[in-house]
Amino acid sequence: MRFQLIGVNHNTAPVEVRERLAIPESRLPEACKRLTEFPGIDEGMILSTCNRVEILANTKNGSGADLRGFIHNFFQIDGSDLDKHLYEYHEQEAVRHVFRVASSLDSMVVGEPQILGQVKEAYATARAVGSIRAQLDQLVTRAFAVAKRVRTETAVGSSSVSIASVAVDLAKKIFGNLHGKHVFLVGAGKMSELAARHLMAHGCASIFVANRTYDRAVSLAYKFKGQAIHFEDLHNTCDRADIVITSTGAPHAIFRREHGEVFLSRRKNRPMFFIDIAVPRDVDAAMNKLDGIFVYDIDDLQQAVSSHVADRRKEAERAEAIVATEVERFHARLQTLDVVPTIVSLQDHLETIRQAEIDRVRGRLGPLSPDQELAVEALTRGIVNKIMHTPISTLKSAARDPEATTVIDLVRRLFNLQERRTAKSGSGEND
Amino acid sequence: MSIFWLRVALGLYGVGLLYALVALTRTSDLLNKVALHASYLGMVFHFVSLTEGLFISGHVTQAMVHNSESLLAFLIMAVFMITYLIYKTTSPGIIVFPLVFLLTFMAATRQQPFITMSGTLRTSWLFAHIGLIFIGYAALVLSFCASVLYLIQQHSLKAKRASGILSRLPALEDIDQIGYRSLLMGFPFMTLGLIAGSVVAESTYGRIDFQDPKILLSLLMWAVYLLMVYTRWIAGWRGRKAAVMASVAFAAAVVAWAANYFSSIHRFVAS
Repeated sequence: MRFQLIGVNHNTAPVEVRERLAIPESRLPEACKRLTEFPGIDEGMILSTCNRVEILANTKNGSGADLRGFIHNFFQIDGSDLDKHLYEYHEQEAVRHVFRVASSLDSMVVGEPQILGQVKEAYATARAVGSIRAQLDQLVTRAFAVAKRVRTETAVGSSSVSIASVAVDLAKKIFGNLHGKHVFLVGAGKMSELAARHLMAHGCASIFVANRTYDRAVSLAYKFKGQAIHFEDLHNTCDRADIVITSTGAPHAIFRREHGEVFLSRRKNRPMFFIDIAVPRDVDAAMNKLDGIFVYDIDDLQQAVSSHVADRRKEAERAEAIVATEVERFHARLQTLDVVPTIVSLQDHLETIRQAEIDRVRGRLGPLSPDQELAVEALTRGIVNKIMHTPISTLKSAARDPEATTVIDLVRRLFNLQERRTAKSGSGEND
Repeated sequence: MSIFWLRVALGLYGVGLLYALVALTRTSDLLNKVALHASYLGMVFHFVSLTEGLFISGHVTQAMVHNSESLLAFLIMAVFMITYLIYKTTSPGIIVFPLVFLLTFMAATRQQPFITMSGTLRTSWLFAHIGLIFIGYAALVLSFCASVLYLIQQHSLKAKRASGILSRLPALEDIDQIGYRSLLMGFPFMTLGLIAGSVVAESTYGRIDFQDPKILLSLLMWAVYLLMVYTRWIAGWRGRKAAVMASVAFAAAVVAWAANYFSSIHRFVAS
């Protein structure tokens, strides 16, 4: 057992539990230090966000460490009511969990981008206090690479989720750059104002506001630093806007097909985007049939949001597959880092030589007394052990080094050792 | 050797063709990148091939005539690359790659009609004619691609679902700009190219034979081209109407090009 992880997240623990375990940034370095001083722990890192608190450790000599004990000890809390919220992973499962967390697959909102930054901060803190070194360093930096792969190869995290941001996405699909575009806000409402604010934040140049009550329009226009328009002038002004957001309480459509035709001819057919948040709708559905006018009502937007969510789920599955292959790959790499097989085969190799040499000279030595037999045995064994001493200790110290593979390779080549590594259970994959 | 380099270029464009085919069903960032780099490389070899062809014939105009398909393919590729540099989109590749591949294939297998030039031709005018017309063709191809992409994008926006390749198309207004700009830039080239061509015809035959399919089709193409620029300029026609016209202009261009195979005049056979 080497990697070990323990923690709580938004799924396993209510906020009351999570906040008790949360470690403020200022205490994090101290916590990391305490972690590495804890018996059985070689390296450690702590991730503490509002949705999760996780402790990742590389344990000494593979014996495993009592991470639960560390938590009880560090937070000074009684274990019994906490334990049911804790999850614990070992080895490959721990690796997988770290990869999933960094790739934002374990997040409350799958694909949200903040978590990677938070993991990076936790890593930086742990590095600064020296609680992360060789192997954990490899694991965590690998997790960053996996997260990047997931981000570039799947669309997890690329889709927007709220109606306002869907509206912005659609506007961008039509206009490309929103800089210099004009927005017309017809009627008022929380959602339409939010959409307008989003559009302005993405570079739209100016905003017109119209309302049944002119005073309301003026105050809204003031809020957006826009221009208030009398409701009667609505149809005469509307063609100046590229994006129209409507949410009036009107019982009938305000914008009909014939209006759209007028707008288009005044605009020389430059496209127009209607975002109709009102129920009943403010924009006649026939408008959408006009070349160059795009009408999205509240249902369309809602559907776009949910199809994004569905897409995300599909993409998350692909991301899980990436994580799975990466875990395999990382495991395989760890195995090559494992020096024990090399030491064993080195010992075997020299022992074979020793035996062969003794057998070869035995005939020439004639019959030996038991004492002589022992002396020969001791002599040859002594030589072999002396020769082996340095390579073996070099290998052992190299195991802590990220560049262990080169040393292992070198030793294998020097002594012409064959590949003897037996695949460990569950990972008999060849790559 | 010239043909060898051209075949290397053809192989590389083949990657682009593959991209175009795959892009119809699914998106792949990697393939996108590979196709782009293969096309860059293809253009280099293509350029080498064209320059070598030039050295072999020792005469610019003659080389242009003999390698016309190859030259046109190269120019279309160049226009595509310029678009990519400005708009960072490879979407026109869906049409450009197959077309370029086809043209290069024709050139690489020497299947184009062999055009012989009579010594009496005024070669500098002919040079201008071919060069200008070809740039006009290349711009027209791109403008056609843009109008097709515009239709696709408009349809997907109206149908309110976007997935796969559709979600990767450039924004509607960007596509529109690509089409309009290439239209505007291509038009003067096409016009001047036709003028140069008529000068060549005048000087060779003493008159312009309007009965000749090549000339007739070229004029038709030019008229549609003019109409496109005009309606766009005055009324801002885009979308469906513009796409219909771009398709007509493109079809006329293809037929006018194909007329090389059966026009008696345009072969410049000294008869």
